[in-house]
Amino acid sequence: MSGLRDTTAHALGKALRAAARVRGGGSAYPGLAAERIAPGFTARSLTGLPRGVVVISGTNGKTTTTRVVTALLEASGLRVFTNRTGSNFVRGVASQVIADVPVGGRLADRFDVAVLELDEAHAVHFVADVPATYSLLLNVMRDQLDRFGEIDTTARKLAVVAQATTEAIVANRDDPRLVSAVEAAVSRVAWFGHGAALADTFPTDDALYGAVGEAASAEAADVELVDLTDAGAAYAIDGAEHLVPLQLTGAYNALNSAAALSLARQVLGAEADTATLLAALAEVTPAFGRGEKFSVEGSEVEIVLVKNPGGFRLALTSYDPAGTDTAIVINDHHADGRDMSWLWDVDFSSLAPGIALVAGTRSYDMAVRLLYDEVEAAEVAVDLAPAIARFARANPGTPKRIYCTYTAMLEVRRALERYTTMEAL
Amino acid sequence: MTSETSRGELHIVNLYPRHMNIYGDRGNMLVLTRRTTWHGLTPVVHEVNPGDELPERADIIVGGGGQDSGQVTVADDLQRHGDALRGLAADGVPMLMICGMYQLFGHRFVPIEEPELPGVGVFDMETVGGPVRMIGNVVAESDDLGTLIGYENHSGRTLLGAGVAPLARVTQGDGNNGDDGFEGATRDNVIGTYLHGSLLPKNPAVADFLIETAARRAGLETVEVSEHDHIERARRQAAERPR
Ligand SMILES: [Zn+2]
Repeated sequence: MSGLRDTTAHALGKALRAAARVRGGGSAYPGLAAERIAPGFTARSLTGLPRGVVVISGTNGKTTTTRVVTALLEASGLRVFTNRTGSNFVRGVASQVIADVPVGGRLADRFDVAVLELDEAHAVHFVADVPATYSLLLNVMRDQLDRFGEIDTTARKLAVVAQATTEAIVANRDDPRLVSAVEAAVSRVAWFGHGAALADTFPTDDALYGAVGEAASAEAADVELVDLTDAGAAYAIDGAEHLVPLQLTGAYNALNSAAALSLARQVLGAEADTATLLAALAEVTPAFGRGEKFSVEGSEVEIVLVKNPGGFRLALTSYDPAGTDTAIVINDHHADGRDMSWLWDVDFSSLAPGIALVAGTRSYDMAVRLLYDEVEAAEVAVDLAPAIARFARANPGTPKRIYCTYTAMLEVRRALERYTTMEAL
Repeated sequence: MTSETSRGELHIVNLYPRHMNIYGDRGNMLVLTRRTTWHGLTPVVHEVNPGDELPERADIIVGGGGQDSGQVTVADDLQRHGDALRGLAADGVPMLMICGMYQLFGHRFVPIEEPELPGVGVFDMETVGGPVRMIGNVVAESDDLGTLIGYENHSGRTLLGAGVAPLARVTQGDGNNGDDGFEGATRDNVIGTYLHGSLLPKNPAVADFLIETAARRAGLETVEVSEHDHIERARRQAAERPR
């Protein structure tokens, strides 16, 4: 019964998708429509995958980590279904099913495993319908408190995901809230983490706010990031150390790659080949807007997505501003979070004496924030597109870095589209 | 402390920064310390966490918002300082309490499910837990401090008693409880409010009220601060954003 209805929903979804592409519309709508017509469409589509369903959640790094996990599993010979546009809602998953499978076809005929990025709120809804075979819990940091209310609430959501995981959970042993979140889980837990020498590079949310550092969990890590240098990231796996040159930039991406390695090892089991995994990791390029780089009239322009204080702080400590023109674009649309309080939890003094441009719907909140860290903004723009284009085209040859919130990132990419080539969304 | 070094100092006490820091409360401390310097004085910050004593000299006292768990932790500890805080308030010490600490400066906070939290009663008011969170941009008019611009995020509904005046009237947003149009509370030189965003960066009048009141009480001269126009523009930009 649901089979026929699913076929109808799928066909309709395809039609909507084709229509949306013509209009240049959103990616989640076909999935939403399919779920309306055939409730449970997504859950039924995902059943029967030989290696099951992987859910990746946490505050920072979901999109890039999902990209890394997908690359590692594909390099190991698996066919991976994934929601690759960072549309981390359940309906985004349904839309991806519609896109990747012919009407009447089964996901399980074409793929071995599903690797899905879901934000904490959607992950809870998702696992109520589809138990996760594997889950990866990256970190819990304050983010969009106007939406989630509290960090403890977010941690409780991840605990629900952990409890709904059937095979293995991969979790960050250095995040005390995650260590508690997996306590009641029934499936096995594999830990990832960083070595003691890198503790200052990766403060927990509480450490960022002056709490006495809670001792990291004593659990041995399945994959540990032991060192981070210009030559790359060093990982300890099964008692051996491996140096991997990364194309991904930013300290947090190196740590999340440890998570991805551990997750791949859980999914692959005895088939996991360390050399294959590490070679694949070295090839992964940044996801759109997450350290993505393109060339604009002779300058390299890098876009760094910043969504919350922890991520913004780590980004600022990861990238040296010297010799680079810097812009910050802060929007306050729903997807960015309306509350600007978070900007005051980021230390901007490393950008002194000044940056080239501040823009976005809250450009002046950002400008005031910089003022109090004694960082000069040469221009404060209200109209984003022309300002960003001017910024990117100025000083040919000088690298440019743009820190931006989520919707600002989409606008920045649109503003620069005509001056460069970039991966289509 | 010698009179030589204390002549130009303002001692700013930050209550419970370890637990009550959730909505950019650091921004308030940064603005206070910077503007104290701009006023020609030297800020000295004292952080008071659970178990710590209040410092001997307190010219300004500031508290922030926290998660429920943090508020439970500090509510107990705060009782140790109840007499001292009520005395300092009556003496005219300027204070600023935001969100969670604002609630604890009333008589009590009664959440929906959790046990009741005792307050210190600096403000004649009570807060009860409500079923919906009041979240969004706020604009409020204060007789003394002008237009206040901020952001609220709270489920507690605060009702003022006869012994305390509202800080402002909301023109956008819910304020104390979403019903009576009041936002915040004030008595002597103590200000309580739900507004963060952070509050002081976009409301320098509040910061300067605290600093200038503290300086006057300490017999210190201050110099005028000329305002950067980023601040007025940030206020206007924020006031035009949707709820
Ligand atoms: Zn608040």
